[in-house]
Amino acid sequence: MSSTMDSAADKRDQIQSRVASSLRRRHAKERRFRMFGLAAVMIGLAFVAVLFVSIFSRGLPAFWQSSMTLDVYFNPEILDVGPAPVRQQDESPRDFEQRQQSWRTRLTMANWNKVMQDALIAAKPELEEHRRSLRKLFTNGEKYRLRDMVAEDPSLIGQTHSVKLLADAEVDVWVRGNIDRSLPDSRLQLSPEVRRIADQLHDEGILKVAFSTVLFTNPDSRSSPASAGLAGAFMGSLFMMMVVICLAVPVGVASAIYLEEFAPQNKFVDLIEVNINNLAAVPSIVFGLLGASIFINYLRLPLSAPLVGGLVLSLMTLPTVIITTRSALKAVPPSIRQAALALGASRVQTVFQQVLPLAVPGILTGSIIGIAQALGETAPLLLIGMNAFVANIPATPFEQSTALPVQIYLWQGNEMRNFFEARTSAAIIVLVLLMITLNALAIWLRKKFETRW
Amino acid sequence: MDNMTLIVLLLILMGVAYQLGLTRSRAIARNTTGRMNSRPGYYGWLVALWCGLPALLVFILWTLLEPSVIRSVVLNQLPPEMADLTAQQADSLMRRLNDIASGYGVAGDPAAYEVAAAETLSRLRSIGELAKIAVMASLALAGLFLARGRIHADMRARNHVEKVINVGLLLCSGVAILTTVGIVFSMFGEAMRFFSFVPPTDFFFGTNWNPRFSSTGGNAYGDFGLLPLLWGTLMVSIIALLVAVPLGLMTAIFMAEYAPGWLRSFAKPVIEVLAGIPTIVYGVFALMVVGPFFSDLGALVGIQVRSTSALTAGFVMGVMIIPFVSSLSDDIITQVPQSLRDGSLGLGATKSETIRQVVLPAALPGIVGAFLLAASRAIGETMIVVLAAGNSPILHANPFEAVSTVTVTIVNQLTGDTDFASPQSLVAFALGLTLFVITLGLNVVALYIVRKYREQYD
Amino acid sequence: MKMVDPDVMVRRDDDRQSQRAASQGVKMSARDVKVFYGDNEAIKGIDLDIMENEVIAFIGPSGCGKSTFLRTLNRMNDTIENCRIEGKVTLDGEDIYDPSLDVVLLRAKVGMVFQKPNPFPKSIYDNIAYGPRLHGLAKRKYDLDEIVESSLRKAGLWEEVKDRLDRPGTGLSGGQQQRLCIARAIAVSPEVILMDEPCSALDPIATAKIEELIDELTESYTIAIVTHSMQQAARVSHRTAYFHLGELVEVNDTETVFTNPEHELTEAYITGRFG
Repeated sequence: MSSTMDSAADKRDQIQSRVASSLRRRHAKERRFRMFGLAAVMIGLAFVAVLFVSIFSRGLPAFWQSSMTLDVYFNPEILDVGPAPVRQQDESPRDFEQRQQSWRTRLTMANWNKVMQDALIAAKPELEEHRRSLRKLFTNGEKYRLRDMVAEDPSLIGQTHSVKLLADAEVDVWVRGNIDRSLPDSRLQLSPEVRRIADQLHDEGILKVAFSTVLFTNPDSRSSPASAGLAGAFMGSLFMMMVVICLAVPVGVASAIYLEEFAPQNKFVDLIEVNINNLAAVPSIVFGLLGASIFINYLRLPLSAPLVGGLVLSLMTLPTVIITTRSALKAVPPSIRQAALALGASRVQTVFQQVLPLAVPGILTGSIIGIAQALGETAPLLLIGMNAFVANIPATPFEQSTALPVQIYLWQGNEMRNFFEARTSAAIIVLVLLMITLNALAIWLRKKFETRW
Repeated sequence: MDNMTLIVLLLILMGVAYQLGLTRSRAIARNTTGRMNSRPGYYGWLVALWCGLPALLVFILWTLLEPSVIRSVVLNQLPPEMADLTAQQADSLMRRLNDIASGYGVAGDPAAYEVAAAETLSRLRSIGELAKIAVMASLALAGLFLARGRIHADMRARNHVEKVINVGLLLCSGVAILTTVGIVFSMFGEAMRFFSFVPPTDFFFGTNWNPRFSSTGGNAYGDFGLLPLLWGTLMVSIIALLVAVPLGLMTAIFMAEYAPGWLRSFAKPVIEVLAGIPTIVYGVFALMVVGPFFSDLGALVGIQVRSTSALTAGFVMGVMIIPFVSSLSDDIITQVPQSLRDGSLGLGATKSETIRQVVLPAALPGIVGAFLLAASRAIGETMIVVLAAGNSPILHANPFEAVSTVTVTIVNQLTGDTDFASPQSLVAFALGLTLFVITLGLNVVALYIVRKYREQYD
Repeated sequence: MKMVDPDVMVRRDDDRQSQRAASQGVKMSARDVKVFYGDNEAIKGIDLDIMENEVIAFIGPSGCGKSTFLRTLNRMNDTIENCRIEGKVTLDGEDIYDPSLDVVLLRAKVGMVFQKPNPFPKSIYDNIAYGPRLHGLAKRKYDLDEIVESSLRKAGLWEEVKDRLDRPGTGLSGGQQQRLCIARAIAVSPEVILMDEPCSALDPIATAKIEELIDELTESYTIAIVTHSMQQAARVSHRTAYFHLGELVEVNDTETVFTNPEHELTEAYITGRFG
């Protein structure tokens, strides 16, 4: 008896020593595995950090731009356009409009360059001899800004006003050292004289790099890169989001309600379900093809219109809205439905008066996520012509327009890389901040109204 | 009166109808001894629906059909020598007539028949407009008064209204089906038109991609071989998965099994931020940061790496998919029952042994499903490859070189000047159809696997 | 004279009594063990000795901490977040919560069988071979085969599964699965086997088989079993410990506990006044 006990004990000791001998190796393996996991997480976090740091470091400078705040004298001799037309008693509206039109044309044709040159010379008289070079310092769009100021308020003529004038994009690039200053003259856009004047003005503090809001207030511009802004694209995106909110959200919520609360168990409903799950994973570009073929080619809707973009994005976000709404409805416990039904409420009353209010936070979260997804989408919009260059801020969803992500796409391809790289990143900052705001809103809603059943 | 005003007026009328129904039902309720079948609000709704729905239906049909009816009337009354216009000629003529009718003026003096046709056009339009308003108004009013007149105590107003709601909801869920049908039909239709120019075998098995533009004249349309694009797509996707799968899976494992609470609650949302960033941002990031970095890195070790290459695009795409893989895998790993972990730990297994030998094998089907979903996403991704893959549709196996993908080519062929009659544009639909079929296949399989997996542990 | 549930049959097996007497060494001992989940004290200071080669049953109403206490004996509570343990637990005089002690080694010595049969999604063979492979117990395939066979034999499962060792363990019936789990635990030759309500998910016939098996296993293993069935405790155990609200109320020979409990709480429980 005792010998068998001993041998059993021996065997155990043997096993234990074997286990013990492998322990170091196994624990080392354990640590290694754990390190891999930690490393993967760290790499993920590092990607986020690199992405944000590189975009912000490139994009933030674009919110500051070279400009000169000068006392502009609206010289009546240069702006020889006479007083703004006033409507006469016996004048037909048509005639008046014509007169006004020609006044504006004259105003546009006036030598605004000279006005700006004079303003600069007034600040620094020794530049008189370089007068011809001075016009290169200002970006083209400033002419039209001054013109618009006068058109708005004709009494400005003859007065002097302090105006912040944006420098030309090339000047901005040069002054801020965003270009290799040792390049030979042949490869630089600005003449040596303009470069010298720009440096001089910069040193003297006349040409300053200051915060600028053009990025937010102006539409895109080709002739005057320095005043190109996001306002047009922003409005385009806004219109599209409105279409998405008006279409994808109600239709999505309605179909989710139907599928979750009313649908009978049959093949057709199964088909819808499978269909929605698969639709959610269809590449976005396919929706662009759908839009190009059906909306543009077949229904002849206008190219580049936010309405069409919104339609395409609505179809694309529909599955997201449906799926999230359904899970929000699923989270409402059946006991609530049963309680309402037991009190004699009809199915419709139960759903709309009891279940839906409880699911609203979830539905809102889902809708916001869907909208954010639509806001960031680019590819399908390229196929329905939303990558056209549009120099106006669209006033209705039927006008030509572009969208924020498409504007980023257009700017990154701009040949004036030195200038537009920062502009592109700045646009990305705006887009990403919008997305983060939307997502934060969704998370906040979820947290605030989260109910545990 | 434009359409917007018309709709607003109709809505106002519906509001009025609601009020009328409401007051009427209340009046009846006061005068009857028994109870009304439904609450007054339902009678109001019923009257409003009878007032609004038929008119709305007419409005929609009218708006859809009017242009083509008017067009055919106008074209039919053209002088007989103009009878055989091609569709395109008819289009441009209609545009011209439109301009004449609206008084914008056109290039050159309009011919007499054009002036006549334009007059017909504007006359038809104003008649149509008036008729539409008249029909809608009479329908709305008739509906209103008919419904209001029929209100009585036993009327099952609630059931009627609920029926309408039910049908409305059903129609809404039909939109998803309609979308799929739309996708399939538009792709199929346009792809068929493409195949009338280029035989399918040349498309699916061709190894050359060189769609010359038709301005060169002649019947040669160029080469439309799919294989270089498919190969490029495959290469970029594989690189993306090589980045995303190990990182995503390890992240999921660490998050689910090791990470202390504070790290999890911080790192999870941060990594998920990667999923919310628009793809265009990744594209620009690839182009400005990652591409030059790889290129410099290559130069450092003596390999020629193009800054826009399969590697750049694939790598950045992989980063984009990390949160996708990790959150799906996380879900699946946490679904493995704790009892299996306990069983393994109870035998003296270390945590990593438990994960590798028990948890992962148990979660394998679900994880495979997640990978397939990730692959389908990589294949369909567009903007990153448009910006960072270099667009060079040539068959080669060097990841450091530029490639082109199916999605890039769709964008290239269909942006700018879109002419739906040329194979150069139509090929985009054949490519889209291919893409659709591939991703759909992957998804169906993946969703099936994942569902089977979920059932196993429910 | 105390009223005792007539169903409770206590085995008076002279053989078992003498066997226990032969090996009176203390295998495991707990001194003032407290377990906290966050701020909630689940176990409130327990002192208990587990003797070598005995079967000790832990009984008590649900939520009394008997399972929690069982899990402290091989540190399975380590896997639960915010679980804290105070006091001292020793195995052969060694403190198992000593930081220098390797929990892997401990669990190889103190095996565990769970409430719900939890075979791994692997073949029957791989289920049994899992532990030996981890710990490197078999140098050759032949050794491993031997371990698998002897473990399955000890668990009384060999005859039933010998022809389908390559089939998944999840395909067995519930009772077979639980015996597979016991065989899996035996395969690493532990000294103590902890069983956490091993029969609660099984039908009576399967339960009877497991109880028979436990009886056989006492020859070479020390067994601590948590059970919600007093009959089972009476049938299989030498000693019984009664837990109540995180406290050890009474521990004594099974016969004594069921026929002549010292504490009125114990009596109330075994006579079925609460449970």
